[in-house]
Amino acid sequence: MTIMKKHKSERDPLFHVVRRTDISFGKAMLIRVLAVLAALVLCGIIIVLITGENPFEMYKYMFDGSFKTPRKFWAMLQDLALLLCVALALTPAFKMRFWNIGGEGQVLMGGLGALITMKLLGDDGAHLPHAVILPLTILAAIVFGAIWGVIPAIFKAFWNTNETLFTLMMNYIAIQIVLYFQFIWSGGSNTIPIVNAGRETSTYAGWLRLPAEIDPSFTGSTVVPSSSGFLLNIIIVAVLTVAVFFYLRNSKQGYEISVVGESENTARYIGINVKKVIIRTMIISGILCGIAGLLIVAGTDHTIDTNSARGYGFTAILVSWLAKFNPFYMILTSFLIVFLQKGSIELASKTNNIINSNFAEVLIAIIIFFIIGCEFFINYKIMFNPRKKRKEAEA
Amino acid sequence: MFATFFHRAVLTAISLLFGCTGEIITEKSGNLNLGVPGVMCVGGISGFTGAFLYEFFWSTPETANWFLAIMIPLIFCLLGSLIMGLIYSFLTTTLRANQNVTGLALTILGAGLSDFLGGYLVKQTNSGGAFVSISLSSKYYMATLPFANDLGWFGEMFLSYGFLAYVAIIIAVIAAIFLKRTRTGLNLRAVGENPATADANGINVIKYKYFATCIGCMISGLGGLFYVMNKASGVWSSDNLEPLGWLAVALVIFTVWKPNLAIPGAIIFGGLSILSYHISANNAISLPLEAKPLLEMTPYIVTVVVLIFNSLRKKRESQPPEALGLAYFREDR
Repeated sequence: MTIMKKHKSERDPLFHVVRRTDISFGKAMLIRVLAVLAALVLCGIIIVLITGENPFEMYKYMFDGSFKTPRKFWAMLQDLALLLCVALALTPAFKMRFWNIGGEGQVLMGGLGALITMKLLGDDGAHLPHAVILPLTILAAIVFGAIWGVIPAIFKAFWNTNETLFTLMMNYIAIQIVLYFQFIWSGGSNTIPIVNAGRETSTYAGWLRLPAEIDPSFTGSTVVPSSSGFLLNIIIVAVLTVAVFFYLRNSKQGYEISVVGESENTARYIGINVKKVIIRTMIISGILCGIAGLLIVAGTDHTIDTNSARGYGFTAILVSWLAKFNPFYMILTSFLIVFLQKGSIELASKTNNIINSNFAEVLIAIIIFFIIGCEFFINYKIMFNPRKKRKEAEA
Repeated sequence: MFATFFHRAVLTAISLLFGCTGEIITEKSGNLNLGVPGVMCVGGISGFTGAFLYEFFWSTPETANWFLAIMIPLIFCLLGSLIMGLIYSFLTTTLRANQNVTGLALTILGAGLSDFLGGYLVKQTNSGGAFVSISLSSKYYMATLPFANDLGWFGEMFLSYGFLAYVAIIIAVIAAIFLKRTRTGLNLRAVGENPATADANGINVIKYKYFATCIGCMISGLGGLFYVMNKASGVWSSDNLEPLGWLAVALVIFTVWKPNLAIPGAIIFGGLSILSYHISANNAISLPLEAKPLLEMTPYIVTVVVLIFNSLRKKRESQPPEALGLAYFREDR
């Protein structure tokens, strides 16, 4: 009896799984596209079940969210640039297998650095000219972001402190610090007023913007510039995308990052100073997050609150990972996420809030689950065991 | 005065304790589930939906009975959390996806779904109000032990909670005994420390990971239910649930992966998170507004200090599970 039972459990399974490395780029892409399509079909079914309306109509509304008017299009590009910037920042660390999930905090601290300089040196404080404040604002954002990024890195490098949990905690410390400044600088209303604006003599000191002759939409007299007014942000992020791509692919430091990511022991063996690489890479990651904070505070918002980072610190992790850490693919993946967010807001207004704007998060999560799941079929091959062999094993 | 503070602290602490105990069991199997905040949101909204359906559609005030009013939300909550656990397990264990990415996506899903459903249910009542309250279920969930009002400070501190609070403590104690004293608990820890070795010893790694994650998620989900029923008295608001979930993740580190330490740990964290509110509400000291964030920062700073301290000390018992966050593939050995 026992022998038979044992025999049964040792029967060859229906299939087994092997790792594969030889999949062609086209085939891998095809699997991903199919996964996204499958996810969109599922989302469509869910939308129909909830609203009872034509799903194609609904997807058209979602499309309108990003493309209906030039203003919507520019707003979409603006968000895409910011999300992409955070994703670019996290990527060097991820390639090193350093799970920096503290992007949210690093962006907030960078933004806070920028805001503090603008506030203390600008029209509310020392009345310094724009040309002096702007470099200091940039510097402050970079330094704040870098500090927030490098603290977990130092502990990781020297004492192997778990970086995932450490960076996660740093987010919430940063959020509370921002809240503290919100309280002391808001005069009780809890929102910090737009810095260096709103007065007759306002200089808009420290604001990131193109000179008036290049960007006629920004005259300096309006607080909220019209559609193309945030062009500078988009240009900066485009430059950063190219820079990060070549830094990771062609520089010696980029090579060191990928070796440390593959295997720390190998890195040590070929004489790479692993501690130095970890700390240096996280400083770069922090600096780029600081720049994202700078673009948010000095570029668009000119104020800060605990939601200023817009949750991009977390979303960017998905953007970077979905793009396989390739900066150019990240343009696509961040577009996908921003498109869904904008689309859901549009959908909410069109369906009279039966589908509210939080629905974007559900759609994003479903699509991500499908993409995560399809990676399995790219990295592994399912081998069906021939039936005859199974029969033999059973016999 | 202290008794009131303690009572309030425990009301927050129980949600944290559920979340933390569930996450400890999950992490012991080597799965770093960053989806806990999402799971707690889903646990909360599933329980809320169950209670909502029962109160508004499946019964009238005359026919409603206490047993169903408790069981339906409870079962909904457990099922909702179980589904979240299954999604996570399937993606990370069967499909070997990256745990951080899956966990964060799960949190996005949970937070989005609960906000969405919460808003959707309000629309269904046609009351035109901004919120909807499931007063019947939450009444039974908030029912205190007998004598709670007669025994003065003792009653307020220890007897004045709904039954879920005691369930949370019992689960934490059982989890501690299970991990430390039973064969299955030992096997589970082996899976989290070194799955290859566990596998070589004949332990079914995949089964352990699935069960630990799903049971862990169901326990975490109860934290959401407790929040909705007891802390929020049956009114849906998801704003506070997600931060609470992250605090539960912090608590796992603070308690160095020990469910028995999670009981006092949760009360400390709960106390710290309501301290500023309590001080300003009681006018004991006139607290400046900006001191609030500084006080609310403390649980996270304490967690960071504990994390650093443990990595400096290198004491074996207080380290994270060795294989935490890594997918296991038998043929990679």
